[in-house]
Amino acid sequence: MLEIKCPYCGKRSQNEFSYGGDATIKRPQLGEEISTEDWDNFVYYRDNPRGKHSELWHHVSGCRQWFKVSRDTATHEIFDTCKMNEDFNV
Amino acid sequence: MSNNFRTTNSNGLINKDKKINFTFNGTIYHGYEGDTLASALIANGVHLVGRSFKYHRPRGFLGVGVEEPNAMVQLHDGNKSEPNIIATEVELVEGLKAKSQNCWPSVQFDIGEINNVLNRFFPAGFYYKTFMWPKSFWMKIYEPFIRKAAGMGKAPLLPDPDRYEHNYEHCDVLVVGSGPSGLASALAAAKNGARVILAEDKPNFGGSLLTDEVTIGNMSGKEWASDTISQLKSMPNVILKKRSQVFGYYDHNMTVMIERVSDHIENPSKYTPRQRLHYIRAGEVIVSTGSIERPISFGNNDRPGIVLASAAKEYMKVYETLVGKKPIIFTNNDTAYSTALEFIKNDIEPIIVDTRDSSNGELVKEVQQKGISIKFNSGIADTKGHLKINSAIIGKLDSSKESFISEETVECDCICMSGGWTPTVHLSSQAGNKLKFNDDIDAFVPDKKRQKETAIGAANGSFTLNQSLAEGFQVGFDLSNKFTDQNNPTNSPNSNEPSYEKHEKLWCMPLPSGKKPKRFIDFQNDVAVSDVELAIREGFRSIEHVKRYTTLGMAGDQGKTSNLNGLQYVSKIEKKIVPEVGHTTFRPPYTPVTIGAIVGREVGNHYLPTRKSPIHTWHEENNAVFVAAGLWQRPRYYPRGSEDMNSAVNREAANVRKNVGICDVTTLGKIDIKGPDAPEFLNRVYTNAWLKLPIGKARYGVMLREDGMVFDDGTTSRLSENHFHMTTTTAQAANVLSHLEYYLQVVWPDLDVNVLSTTEQWSGIAVAGPKSRDLLSKLFPDVDMSNEGLPFMGLVDSSIDGIKARIYRISFSGELAYEVNVESNYGLYMWKKIMEVGQSFDIQPYGTEALSTLRIEMGHVAGAELDGRTIPFDVGLNSMVSQKKDFIGKRSLSKDAFTESDRQTIVGLVPLDKKTKIPEGSHIIEDNSAVAPIPKLGHVSSSCWSVEYNNPFSIAIIKDGKNKIGKNLYAVSPLKDISIPVEVVSSHYVDPEGSRVRS
Ligand SMILES: [Zn+2]
Repeated sequence: MLEIKCPYCGKRSQNEFSYGGDATIKRPQLGEEISTEDWDNFVYYRDNPRGKHSELWHHVSGCRQWFKVSRDTATHEIFDTCKMNEDFNV
Repeated sequence: MSNNFRTTNSNGLINKDKKINFTFNGTIYHGYEGDTLASALIANGVHLVGRSFKYHRPRGFLGVGVEEPNAMVQLHDGNKSEPNIIATEVELVEGLKAKSQNCWPSVQFDIGEINNVLNRFFPAGFYYKTFMWPKSFWMKIYEPFIRKAAGMGKAPLLPDPDRYEHNYEHCDVLVVGSGPSGLASALAAAKNGARVILAEDKPNFGGSLLTDEVTIGNMSGKEWASDTISQLKSMPNVILKKRSQVFGYYDHNMTVMIERVSDHIENPSKYTPRQRLHYIRAGEVIVSTGSIERPISFGNNDRPGIVLASAAKEYMKVYETLVGKKPIIFTNNDTAYSTALEFIKNDIEPIIVDTRDSSNGELVKEVQQKGISIKFNSGIADTKGHLKINSAIIGKLDSSKESFISEETVECDCICMSGGWTPTVHLSSQAGNKLKFNDDIDAFVPDKKRQKETAIGAANGSFTLNQSLAEGFQVGFDLSNKFTDQNNPTNSPNSNEPSYEKHEKLWCMPLPSGKKPKRFIDFQNDVAVSDVELAIREGFRSIEHVKRYTTLGMAGDQGKTSNLNGLQYVSKIEKKIVPEVGHTTFRPPYTPVTIGAIVGREVGNHYLPTRKSPIHTWHEENNAVFVAAGLWQRPRYYPRGSEDMNSAVNREAANVRKNVGICDVTTLGKIDIKGPDAPEFLNRVYTNAWLKLPIGKARYGVMLREDGMVFDDGTTSRLSENHFHMTTTTAQAANVLSHLEYYLQVVWPDLDVNVLSTTEQWSGIAVAGPKSRDLLSKLFPDVDMSNEGLPFMGLVDSSIDGIKARIYRISFSGELAYEVNVESNYGLYMWKKIMEVGQSFDIQPYGTEALSTLRIEMGHVAGAELDGRTIPFDVGLNSMVSQKKDFIGKRSLSKDAFTESDRQTIVGLVPLDKKTKIPEGSHIIEDNSAVAPIPKLGHVSSSCWSVEYNNPFSIAIIKDGKNKIGKNLYAVSPLKDISIPVEVVSSHYVDPEGSRVRS
């Protein structure tokens, strides 16, 4: 079980959180003309890297904030966590 | 039965003043306090404990602790029955009942032993080869046979009556194992101020110090251990746990430890848990798990009475028990000589067989000085004795040590063998440590760590006491320094131990001349040398494949005594060095863990939390039958007298259509939405328009996922300019809140909106039916309930008896209906009030079944239709989709597949006979006499008995549904073997114009 540092609450056990997928995905602007291919890339296609991955987690059983986690998908090492409006330090 | 195999000394850890009676295979024996089931049986001369897995060979004890592969027993009976328990790990307790497994009719005479005679038909890969063909034999012949023959213990059929608890711990340093290095590191870390947990699997701390003749400082090893423990006990920053096995090492230094709390207590109090599972998140983990002795493979090396030399020593020194009185010590190294010396101390002269040419080790010399001659350059070729060993064939090895040049038969009643030592690296390996092979000790040791884990002592391949203590004190201090600023190192005391000469790299004896007895490597899974040879001959090269083909190391003992010998043998035949062969992966649990401990207290009613509405007690008092809706308990129906479910549901639903009904809708999700951008946010979340919703009005909304599928629906109302009250379905309440938070925090952080769950704050009561207006007018005389005063989708605030109420005119039943919302604490009061006033209007409560009936008849969609596979078009919600604005998921709706006109869409179904209810999930087909595969048009999502028309009615989602209305199709359920001719009708079966809700 991972130990995740919520940027608002501090270190908590993984079972307080839910996973929210790739943090680098940007939703297209509302009303934007967008090709089906680009839209499908946004909705469906995700990289599945082995190694460093920037991802979203939600502190559902805590402060209910979404935040970013930089995690190694192979070793589960967590390099850094930060608020949505911040950047990772490492 | 008497304890004929006890030593005469009393230096061990058993209490001969306290007799304990127990039963094994129906015979009553006694042992003493401090005994294990294994030591007590051995003391009574009982070695035959079970039958082996595949060949049903008689088996006895090999080890003395967790390494034991053979001595698995079934404990207790009835609901306390527990299979596959290792007898060496069971502490004796008065009245303990145990029996052998895998034998019938008895362990002495076992029918399955014929497998041993037929063993040439049971080679490696036997299961894969034999049972593949013919296919039709599998279910009827092979599977039952394997099941019967392979069954080790019997799983109990009754619920586990015992109590298990979970505990969460945090510490700076967790030390696993309390041998010399573990004690040293715990002491050093604790003295330096770190919070320490020391875990020991056995009932006594000390590990090898309990059996080794060593001195530390001016104390014996055993004294130093107990002195160290008392120091640790007195420190407030230390938790000591014995009978506690750390069996799993997971991510981020989460370890899991099982503590045997009361199995060893005769009459534990009712509330004492049997076992406690500890989740320990440790800053650093020190793995001081020691090492396990390796057996040697030789002919018939599995007979009862053949044990590990270290086990024989521990039985003597700790349990004052002799594994035999005519022992042979068989070794490739010096350590087994300490076992020989222990026998000599008990006036028993062992025969010593050593594969090496010579040794000048201190213990070897000591043995020789006692006048005992050693058979060097020799090995055991074979053994005899059916249910217990009675003799061994000792052979003189030739110079290559590949064959015997002469053989002699020697009588004996036990063989104590030692193939050297394997560091117990399981936890390090579980933690992700890449092990490396250490040529000096011919075993793998931890190397590159992935987590905060450090192996020390024998687990690290450091087999001398000096080294173990030095590593312990150093590592304990270094690691604790990360957590404290005391910088207070503890020096390692001087220690004294015998010196050892090197072992010989020989773990498999040649075959005796003219015979081919089985030479076992893995005792628990009956894997012999010949099986490994066969696997390699058949082309299996990867050690992982050899493992799976032969099942070497795959049994419950996880190959604790067999893995390395297997590897060594593969490397020998393949002429590769062991590190090239590699090792298989160690996985948790290190030792078997009972399911009850994993489940803990989350059983029965505690399996999940239960959510109850504030009106729950009323439902109970009024005979409600409850149904689980997620975590909620909701009234399903309220039977009267001898009513069955169908008649109760029909009565309740009909009463709503005719008079008025009351339904507890507290469980609906409620979300408070506030902020200047709230209207804009709702406009993006819902498919329809929200900017112009007037204050005091509610609106039905549908929200999609980005992939265009309907996510949820509900009614949201505007309470003031920037304040909205959203309702969601009961099932999706939590997901909708997360969804809204995601968009506000991640996607559109510029929107100034706050969302908050208020599900628990409001209690909701639906009042539905033609008489609902009259009822509420009477209850709230101050409110204008007329169609103009409170129109459909309107809301009004009022109060009675000082209790504030918000009344919505919304309807799920399709009737004229209202929903009265009050603060949760007043839910019950308001419900009772409505019931009281409603008496004169023939009010009846209705449950979720009637609620479903009413919405199905009306063609209102719910979870069964909004199943994550439907877009608004499919479920008749296209009019809800705004063409003017963008919203979540809109772009998906214009994708090709989503705009095809013959998509599966919602329709109603009525059986032609107007009688047969159509099971939900039935397939819809056009021609029921067609030959398979028959094209499937869709499926039935919801079914009910229409109280309006008094016949069955269903909602289905079928291909090109709109154009199928008026056609006859078939609803089929191959599972239930039924085929029902149906007519397709509109899904709006009752009041398609929706006039009632607006009346
Ligand atoms: Zn938090």
